[in-house]
Amino acid sequence: MNNPLIVSVGPHIRAKVSTKRIMWAVNLALIPAGAAGVFIFGVYSLYIIIASVLSAVVTEWVILAFRKKEIVILDGSAILTGLLLAYNLPPGVPLWLPVAGSFFAIAIGKQVFGGLGHNIFNPALAGRAFLMVSWPVYMTTWQNPRWTADAITTATPLALIKNNQLTLLKGTTYIDLLLGNRGGCIGEVCIIALLVGAAYLFWKRYISWHIPLTYIAAVALLSRVFNGPGGIFTGDALLSVLSGGLVLGALFMATDYVTSPLSNKGKVIFGISCGVLTFVIRKFSGYPEGVSYAILIMNAFVPVIDRFTYPKWFGWRKA
Amino acid sequence: MSYKFYGGIHPSPHKNLTSDGAIKRVFVPKRVVLPLSQHTGSPAEPVVKAGDPVEAFSEIAKATGFVSSSIHASISGKVTKISHSPAPTSNRAFSIFIESQDDEDQDFKTKERRDPSSLSAEELVSIIKDAGVVGLGGAAFPTHVKLSPPKNKSIDTVILNGAECEPYLTCDQRLMIENPKEILKGLEIILRTLNAKNAYIAIEDNKQPAIYTMEKALLNTQYSIRNTKLVVLHTKYPQGAEKQIIKSILNRTVPAGGLPMDVGCIVQNVQTAYAIYEAVYSGKPLVERAITLTGSCLKEPVNIRVRIGTVLKDLVDFIGGLKKEPKKIIMGGPMMGLAQYTMDVPIVKGTSGVLFLSEEEVRQAEESVCIRCGKCIEVCPMQLAPTTLMYRVKREFFSEAKELGIAGCFECGACAYECPAKIPLLDYMKYGKARI
Repeated sequence: MNNPLIVSVGPHIRAKVSTKRIMWAVNLALIPAGAAGVFIFGVYSLYIIIASVLSAVVTEWVILAFRKKEIVILDGSAILTGLLLAYNLPPGVPLWLPVAGSFFAIAIGKQVFGGLGHNIFNPALAGRAFLMVSWPVYMTTWQNPRWTADAITTATPLALIKNNQLTLLKGTTYIDLLLGNRGGCIGEVCIIALLVGAAYLFWKRYISWHIPLTYIAAVALLSRVFNGPGGIFTGDALLSVLSGGLVLGALFMATDYVTSPLSNKGKVIFGISCGVLTFVIRKFSGYPEGVSYAILIMNAFVPVIDRFTYPKWFGWRKA
Repeated sequence: MSYKFYGGIHPSPHKNLTSDGAIKRVFVPKRVVLPLSQHTGSPAEPVVKAGDPVEAFSEIAKATGFVSSSIHASISGKVTKISHSPAPTSNRAFSIFIESQDDEDQDFKTKERRDPSSLSAEELVSIIKDAGVVGLGGAAFPTHVKLSPPKNKSIDTVILNGAECEPYLTCDQRLMIENPKEILKGLEIILRTLNAKNAYIAIEDNKQPAIYTMEKALLNTQYSIRNTKLVVLHTKYPQGAEKQIIKSILNRTVPAGGLPMDVGCIVQNVQTAYAIYEAVYSGKPLVERAITLTGSCLKEPVNIRVRIGTVLKDLVDFIGGLKKEPKKIIMGGPMMGLAQYTMDVPIVKGTSGVLFLSEEEVRQAEESVCIRCGKCIEVCPMQLAPTTLMYRVKREFFSEAKELGIAGCFECGACAYECPAKIPLLDYMKYGKARI
């Protein structure tokens, strides 16, 4: 035969899903939250997002070329890192900040470990942590939505909870929090948009409930029990969930395949642990928000979790 | 009323290519190639030599040892040679070549019609053994061995496997539609040899016509089929795998490294039941089976009854040839079947179908790095972690792979099917299993 037959081990058919397809789906799922952020904080937020994505892509391209690896920019993973980093920035930062952050995220957070699939820490969160320690003032200067009179503010709802200034939150309803009518990072404020994007990923079965649900539930429960002004069981669980970066983190960053456990059991342990850590950091540390550090710390435990949650196979018997 | 087994995948079925056409009547070729090892166990030993005239349906190679099976001439003619031939499972299989001289009678005529109710269990098993019946689901395990469990294992349940979970294949389904009574008679014989109490006929829920005919046959049967129930299973690959189908129907878990008989059951394919029926009732040895010939490269995908040993090329010419050049020719289903490099291979007892797939259908994709999505773990029906095992095998940590249960893998390929990074996980599993 002039057209030789392929001989290979089965299976001879493959599912349509590919790494690229998943990455682009996550990028797509993040668009509503970004669009909402731009709408809420103004077009400058869009420039931040673009700067962040461009920096991530260029960094990835340069390093892959330097490492003499195949240039796989179109797999969408660098764009995803850039997007997520930008979503974790306050809306008023100078444009060089996302550029520096994305460079760190890709170069140190991802490529130093060997690139896609090999990084221990979520690259976007590594980039954010780097910015947080390097330029803390920029990273904690917040803006109110563009339609409010006093544009600059220093307090997000979480900071107010932390400082026991709940009275200042009087005018803010849960609806405001769901829609994103509050100060915060670009991509975290509009909960509805985040949920819409996540719903798409759940529907495509690209993410499962195991991490997001346990993570959010753990934070809600602990906040309800221990974070109230009037003692035990007086905390506002919903307020704790809706303010800050919890929803963005639980749905889009803790669920990052590479840096989360493999098995469902491991994912549940990971989710609960992230929740506990988030609460502990929010409650006891100097920071009002603990999502990114909680996830980063748990990223480091993933190999251990994987080891101890290796599935018991079918018909397994105690040897 | 069926239970669930862990994992599994839902590949597109592609069954409508062949599911609606009746099984074509037997194709009798001018030449056959009969490998001596078409079954699990030791190869058969030829009792003919080159130049001998042979009659169809006569034994030409006898079983050697207990786990072995005899082989019968599938056409009348002359033994031209006994030598190596490419075969579905190896490229050099010792085989008996027979060519017909055009004028022989190739039809089967029964010598005596037997009534199985007058035969003892031992007699039945020996008839089945002499007829060379092996499991026709794919593994070709000698049936008489399955029907003679050790004394300390009692079998209470027989599962008749009509799940046919591999995409593309429809020959079992067609057989259930066309010959339900004969299949039930075969099942009755299986039950008698094992003295088993219960039987289940398992069919996936995407084969409604087969479910209908089998159910009707069960209701109308005048034969004493004891406690036989039809179970409709979810359509999910690998539903038809032995351990998974037992879990689905009985909720019993076969221990790792164990056999179905450890939990008191055996699983037989519907075609095997049909072959048992033919062997016992009319004394016809296993020289024919129904197979599916399909794929987008064939002019006319069909189900057809073929003589064992028919060379693939002859068969393809007979059914009208190829529409376009295939990229892959696969003996068996697309998940677990074996890719062939030539059309000179014969159909053997374990061949359930031959697929002629185009480039688009086989979807060759480049391998990339594991992104730890965990899909392989989600779909592995044996609840292993293929990606973890893959890294162990890659680094040649075979003892670790063994500790992590790699031996439990039965090579269904669900992990590699689902992997978004297109890592050939099954290759690693097979290699690892061979090295532990």
